[in-house]
Amino acid sequence: MRTKKINSSTLWSALVILLVYVGVFIAEQTLPSTSMLFTVLKKGATYALVAVSMNLLNGFTGLFSLGQAGFMLIGAYTYAILTIPVADRMNVYQYYAGGLVQFAMPVVPALIAAGLVAALFAFLIGLPVLRLKSDYLAIATLGFAEIIRAIFQWNKLGALTNGSNILREFPTFNDFNLMNAQGEVTVYLSTTVPFLIAGVCIGIIVLLINSTYGRSLRAVKDDEVAAEAMGINLAHHKQLSFCVSSFFAGIGGAMLAMYQSTIQAKAFTSAMTYEILLIVVIGGIGSITGSCLASFLFVACSEWWLRFLDQKQMIGDFEVPLLRNGFRLVVFSIIIMIVVLFFRQGIMGTKELPDLFGRRKNLKREVKA
Amino acid sequence: MKKILAVLMVLCLMLPAFAVAEDMPVVKIGVFEPASGDNGAGGKQEMLGMQYANTVTPTVTIGDTEYKVELVYADNGSATDKAPSAAAELVNQQVSVVLGSYGSGVSIAGSPIFEQAGVPAIGVTCTNPQVTLGNNHYFRICFLDPFQGTVLANYAYKELGAQVAYCLAELGNDYDVGLAYYFQQAFEALGGMVISETFPTGTSDFTSYINNATGYGAGVFFAPCSIAYTTLIVDQAADQNVNFALMGSDTWDSNKVLEAATGTNLDIMISTFYQEGGNVEFDTGIKAWLNSDAEAMTNNGGNDVIAAVSAMGYDAYYVALEALKAAGSTDAKAVNEALWNVSHEGVSGKIVFNEIGDADRDTAYIKKINTTTGAWDFVAVQGVN
Amino acid sequence: MFNTVFPYLLTGISVGGQYALIAIGYTMVYGILRLINFAHGDVFMVAGIVMVYLNASGIPLWLSILLTLLITVAIGFTVERIAYKPLRSAPRMSVMISAIGVSYTLQNLVLYITGGLNQFYPKIPFFSNAVTIFGVSTKMVTVVTPILTVILVVALVQLINHTKIGMAMRAVSKDFETSQLMGIKINNVISTTFIIGSFLAAVGSMLYFTNYNTVIQTSGSMPGLKAFVAAVFGGIGSIPGAVVGAFVIGICENIIKGLDIILFKAGITTQNMGLATFSDAFTFALLIIILIVKPTGLFGEKTTDKV
Repeated sequence: MRTKKINSSTLWSALVILLVYVGVFIAEQTLPSTSMLFTVLKKGATYALVAVSMNLLNGFTGLFSLGQAGFMLIGAYTYAILTIPVADRMNVYQYYAGGLVQFAMPVVPALIAAGLVAALFAFLIGLPVLRLKSDYLAIATLGFAEIIRAIFQWNKLGALTNGSNILREFPTFNDFNLMNAQGEVTVYLSTTVPFLIAGVCIGIIVLLINSTYGRSLRAVKDDEVAAEAMGINLAHHKQLSFCVSSFFAGIGGAMLAMYQSTIQAKAFTSAMTYEILLIVVIGGIGSITGSCLASFLFVACSEWWLRFLDQKQMIGDFEVPLLRNGFRLVVFSIIIMIVVLFFRQGIMGTKELPDLFGRRKNLKREVKA
Repeated sequence: MKKILAVLMVLCLMLPAFAVAEDMPVVKIGVFEPASGDNGAGGKQEMLGMQYANTVTPTVTIGDTEYKVELVYADNGSATDKAPSAAAELVNQQVSVVLGSYGSGVSIAGSPIFEQAGVPAIGVTCTNPQVTLGNNHYFRICFLDPFQGTVLANYAYKELGAQVAYCLAELGNDYDVGLAYYFQQAFEALGGMVISETFPTGTSDFTSYINNATGYGAGVFFAPCSIAYTTLIVDQAADQNVNFALMGSDTWDSNKVLEAATGTNLDIMISTFYQEGGNVEFDTGIKAWLNSDAEAMTNNGGNDVIAAVSAMGYDAYYVALEALKAAGSTDAKAVNEALWNVSHEGVSGKIVFNEIGDADRDTAYIKKINTTTGAWDFVAVQGVN
Repeated sequence: MFNTVFPYLLTGISVGGQYALIAIGYTMVYGILRLINFAHGDVFMVAGIVMVYLNASGIPLWLSILLTLLITVAIGFTVERIAYKPLRSAPRMSVMISAIGVSYTLQNLVLYITGGLNQFYPKIPFFSNAVTIFGVSTKMVTVVTPILTVILVVALVQLINHTKIGMAMRAVSKDFETSQLMGIKINNVISTTFIIGSFLAAVGSMLYFTNYNTVIQTSGSMPGLKAFVAAVFGGIGSIPGAVVGAFVIGICENIIKGLDIILFKAGITTQNMGLATFSDAFTFALLIIILIVKPTGLFGEKTTDKV
């Protein structure tokens, strides 16, 4: 058994994480706030949380679910519906006379509510579908995400969900910046706060994975029949993992809403789920650290580093061939294919941050013994 | 093998964009348009207007210095989830003013990013009222949906004599659903009946919706949706020998629609911003340019029929230049202030902004497809009354 | 009543036939590799684009049809060799991710090549002609599709039941490893499966795009997903199942689109409920209900877990 003693690798990891936070905070105070870096960091933090929540399900419990976009949608809408200031509702719900909900909640309770509503839906959906095996479960959850999207866009529910129209004017990450009386920003927090929210949530998931529950979940993943024979209640554990994952996907959806400043059900397609799945795979199925790293890399590549490929570039008088709109995506998809085919383990395999500082050696010895 | 691949990939990512030193100072204008997705075709045509304007007037004198105007592109992919990062990219490139977008949803989604960065934006053909409502940085040079919806409803009820109208909008699209809503309001106020339905994104099969319209005895089929769907609707309506008129909004003003409708026996009426022949100098100039530039020709759909959105893109470019001149600096905030007082006589009419930031427009052009020649026939200039 | 419902039935049967041709590709690949080939819908879309470009190049129509079939088959074959073969021993999830990657790549390539503009599918004589049945006017292809689908499926079933390669396919789908030990060249069998699947997808794309004449890079995703749902609905791995599933889904989907007016004419409802909104969602709801009631689909074989 692994000892509970805090060893040096854990300490080192904590230090690295702390440094990242300090780095983000300092960068935010010094660099211009319009830099693309912050866009990437905010979206990256959001995707990191969602990817980790998906990893909990796919990597640690072995439940192949493709419903993540649906739960994010529920979270994003719950958050938006609960937090739009009453004064702005008339504008936002322009076709529905201001809508049904006539109050606004503070951000943190709304975030938690977003998670809870998503978890509640997950619980209800999980009752019938979690009995399904592997691919069938994937298809059923994918189907549920599509159904949820159609329901949220239904005109008859417009007073609640605004139908097909955009929800906006709710508090965003930028509202976390501290301002002085003149409306000038004194302390920038719009990137640090999403890092904190994602950090706390991922921390809770890590604690869950390292608890007895987490070990039971792994047992379910390795062999369901054997796990059941060992006295693990399959239905109960699957349901727990599904709900927890959806809870955090809901919060992730709310964070996505805060990042985008507007939200529309149309965007939460299966393509979004596939993106997140790709992140999980690129990071390494079963590695939390991998999912986090991969999120930032994925977002940076797709949104920032490769953008120059979409425009004509001149080196001296030479016009670089092939570069025109859409080339970025071609290069990006080829990179993804290379990773999937040749680096099957992903960035981290199943390793975590402390393993990089030498914990893995001890573990291996334990396994052999 | 793996190591070489890894090194190659890292190199690929590191490849920096090479900046070329310019002699003249540069002022950047952001182009926030879809070049892919459902509205890609429309976005490209709108960009053509700006690109053409940029070749006509490549420099601008701000204060006493002459600046080279550089268009900076960011593809918002016609999707509200891609729009914020495309907007952030433009802000990151430190543009002085943004033009766009085609499609209201993406404009609404990109708007907060521009607002936070203090960059003004000029909406070219985004007709949903929400774009400019409640903010001070988004302007618009085209007419609005409540106006367009009313114009179309009037035309359908009074000129076409339709008693029942069938509205079909794409589910989850602000523009479609908004315009259908205003059309319904106006048409019902006139005493007609409206059946409104929505189709899910990605639909190709519209036969059943067309059957529905026939079943309800509709006199007009109004489908304010993206170009990607319009051609399908036109083609399938032709197959079913429908006996009602098809009616479209400004999105239908595309030569793709013309191409689909040519050789059929359909009645297709649309409302739009500009009619070819409105400004001869512009018409001949842009046609010559299209014919000389193969890529532009492809983006225009393979022929030189001028889309109204191109004319609007052209006007938007000059509005931006006027604002830059008036501001006397390339600072985005100064441009934003200057925009309120800009007055420009464009090819599509006079552009002056009101207190919301919308240009006062009280006329729309109604065009009809001539299905034998495959060209637009001018029908009327229509106001609200 | 018949007059109200008939147009929807007709469209439904036609769409169902097109879904069926795509669904067979899904179901055969799944039967042998246990892989949800997410790229199949995109191969279908690429077949459409290839046809558009071949026709634009000015070669005769019969030649472009022939070349489209050949090129699509080549693409299906290449995709399998490049993206799935190296992962034969990898976990199933990796292969599926690879399929998603291929789908992503194909879509982005087409976006890059076409520039995101709608491409018009060429008109095929006879298929594109107008025809009127029971007072409903439509294209000839609507009538031809179900007939052609049935002919192709019967031919395919003959191939699987009465040829050597068909026998090999059945053996591989029953037990992958044992059949390998018995001397069956697994890779040839798998390639053949992909070739047949792509061929049918190419035929399907000709029928589909003749009916709905615009091709864009996302044209394959929805029909692909629906066809896949049809395959699962009918019991994945079973060819007759996929065909039945496809027709059921095609018909249901179109009935839902017209449900408001059907109910209205029958005097059951008095106003429009906006039920057409749920035409796609209903497909998935149907799927979930089937999966819960009969987890392996209508014609699927029951599997048991061993310890």
